[in-house]
Amino acid sequence: MTEHNVRNFNINFGPQHPAAHGVLRLVLELDGEIVERVDPHIGLLHRGTEKLIETKTYLQAVPYFDRLDYVAPMNQEHAFALAVEKMLGLEIPIRGQLIRVLYSEIGRILSHLLNVTTQAMDVGALTPPLWGFEEREKLMVFYERACGARMHAAYFRPGGVHQDLPHELVEDIGAWCDQFPSKLDDIDDLLTGNRIFKQRNVDIGVIDINDAWARGFSGVMVRGSGAAWDLRRAQPYECYSELEFDIPIGKNGDCYDRYLIRMIEMRESCKIMKQCVNRLLSDAKTGPFSATDGKVVPPKRGEMKRSMEALIHHFKLYTEGYHVPAGEVYAAVEAPKGEFGVFLVADGTNKPYRCKIRAPGYAHLQAMDFACRGHQLADVSAVLGSFDIVFGEVDR
Amino acid sequence: MDSFFWTYGWPALIMIGQSLLLLVCLLVFIAYVLLADRKIWAAVQLRRGPNIVGPFGLFQSFADLLKFVFKEPVIPAGANKAVFLLAPLVSVTLALATWAVIPLSAGWVISDINVGILYVFAISSLEVYGIIMAGWASNSKYPFLGALRSAAQMVSYEVSIGFVIVAVLLCVGSLNLTDIVMSQQDGLGTKLGLPNSFLDWHWLSLFPLFVIFFISGLAETNRPPFDLPEAESELVAGYMVEYGSAPYMMLMLSEYAAILMVCSLTTILFLGGWLPPVDIAILNWVPGIIWFVLKGSMVFFMIAMVKAFVPRYRYDQLMRLGWKVFLPLSLVMLIIVAFVLKLTGWA
Repeated sequence: MTEHNVRNFNINFGPQHPAAHGVLRLVLELDGEIVERVDPHIGLLHRGTEKLIETKTYLQAVPYFDRLDYVAPMNQEHAFALAVEKMLGLEIPIRGQLIRVLYSEIGRILSHLLNVTTQAMDVGALTPPLWGFEEREKLMVFYERACGARMHAAYFRPGGVHQDLPHELVEDIGAWCDQFPSKLDDIDDLLTGNRIFKQRNVDIGVIDINDAWARGFSGVMVRGSGAAWDLRRAQPYECYSELEFDIPIGKNGDCYDRYLIRMIEMRESCKIMKQCVNRLLSDAKTGPFSATDGKVVPPKRGEMKRSMEALIHHFKLYTEGYHVPAGEVYAAVEAPKGEFGVFLVADGTNKPYRCKIRAPGYAHLQAMDFACRGHQLADVSAVLGSFDIVFGEVDR
Repeated sequence: MDSFFWTYGWPALIMIGQSLLLLVCLLVFIAYVLLADRKIWAAVQLRRGPNIVGPFGLFQSFADLLKFVFKEPVIPAGANKAVFLLAPLVSVTLALATWAVIPLSAGWVISDINVGILYVFAISSLEVYGIIMAGWASNSKYPFLGALRSAAQMVSYEVSIGFVIVAVLLCVGSLNLTDIVMSQQDGLGTKLGLPNSFLDWHWLSLFPLFVIFFISGLAETNRPPFDLPEAESELVAGYMVEYGSAPYMMLMLSEYAAILMVCSLTTILFLGGWLPPVDIAILNWVPGIIWFVLKGSMVFFMIAMVKAFVPRYRYDQLMRLGWKVFLPLSLVMLIIVAFVLKLTGWA
């Protein structure tokens, strides 16, 4: 018998694949059903966000951040707002901070709900996504009621938030928080104990903590591997240090642990939201919701009718924008997907000289080959689902 | 010449007429089963499901039929054209051919052959060829993987289905499907001194086998959680990726015909076919076909609910379940059944 050279099977997983989470293209080298090599190809959604921001004033840059991780838009704006505020040395009033935390946690639930349920879809359970979307829909209505847009909010601005929240909205969010845990219980019932779901996720895509650090992971990806690292606790921003919440961590660093952590984090976010709602309806019921520095924060319409100075500020801020003192700054938030950072270099003009965005999904996607090698073809979609990758932020 | 017509020609004509009648009824029923599948699935997912075409979307399947028929079939350049088009035909013909021996009510059967169950088993084993041909002829990678998976899967689960059927046959003592139903008139319930009722049917006396048969049936028809040949999140649509328009419709049709086949086989083997649940006059007046359809629909409802709830097995897990769990289990059950029948003399 003669010996034959057997060539491995190469397939294109994406960019039009239903489990590719957007426009990911994975070139898979298969030996039968076993994955030998995973080669992620990115860039199909590249829009040059960082470069575009260099040609925009600081305020005009805000909407670009909504379009990065479009599953949790406000969390990205948050990082940019924090960076600009750090350079300008702005203090945000407590009501503004609470509103920001409230909407950041809404963003976290938006993202985790989508991810947990699509992870279930990636292993073949088609019902949870629709249950999750029911709740996401309500949250997006809260987005809409705060700023007029369901996704691309442009609501967190350097200096605070764009507009105040009406009390009815805050009350409705509180009411939503009360019923949400029972909806999570439903999803829990369907997935957490499900034998097939466990068989598909336990011990799949295991990443130990040293690998996680070495590969620049953050967020759920390191917490799943057992590190209690959460920027909300590790380097608190806004009023997170005054709020009570727990950080769940995993043991094995597999897909199932990451799923469990996201489920628990949603409950914790709900707790945080409840605390914010209570404070927004009691001690922070009134008061400013953004910094009062007229050189950065535009005046309200009413003021413009009465004050000449306000009118001038309004004109200057919406044409030229504000100047940021020269220097560089890095600000990061604990976005739902991990550490989302913005590195800004200012040259004293009204536009950033350079804006570098550190997207967590980018670092996570690099590990696809590492995490999938030796697994089955079906596990690729399970691992990809648990990595929680959104192409808006990876391709930028 | 005259006698030749009355001996052979006339019965053949009757049989053709019966076949056509059954086929039309079956296809219309499949249209509504498809709709029911979508509606049940939608209800679980808090959706409405199809509700535009006709009242409650009742004509949706017919609208889909028109759409598929009028679309242009696209045949990939690299495909083997003949096999590519033959595959759906093979699938649909085989899936419909099994219905020839299914008794829908007492005497309502086109061909009451004495090896009915073997015929069903033989034809449904051939159905895998349709899928393999479709996957291979597409000359594309995803369909090819889907075809490989389905070949392995169907072979694995047919083995345990075979043992389950053998166990039932031991209890009945006949391969004829009508006999299998009639034998369920008395069973466990009557042995305990109860009147003839649903307790006599095989589902109770052979309960573990009933469960194995139901689950293997899911695997045999590529339904979730065993829908690996067409796993959306891995293989996009598996062996059907390159298909569109009428050929695609025929593949779908054969799939649903096979699912209904599993439903009716479950009804015949375990749920007493067309027998009423309790042997009292008022229930006996109801035509047997009604009971048969009701029981079959109930099994289908279970199949539809499974689809809505469960994630999908991975390939190796599917194989393990088939060979390491179901095969030994059904084999042991078969031996136990044989022993019990021998020792008690019930056979």
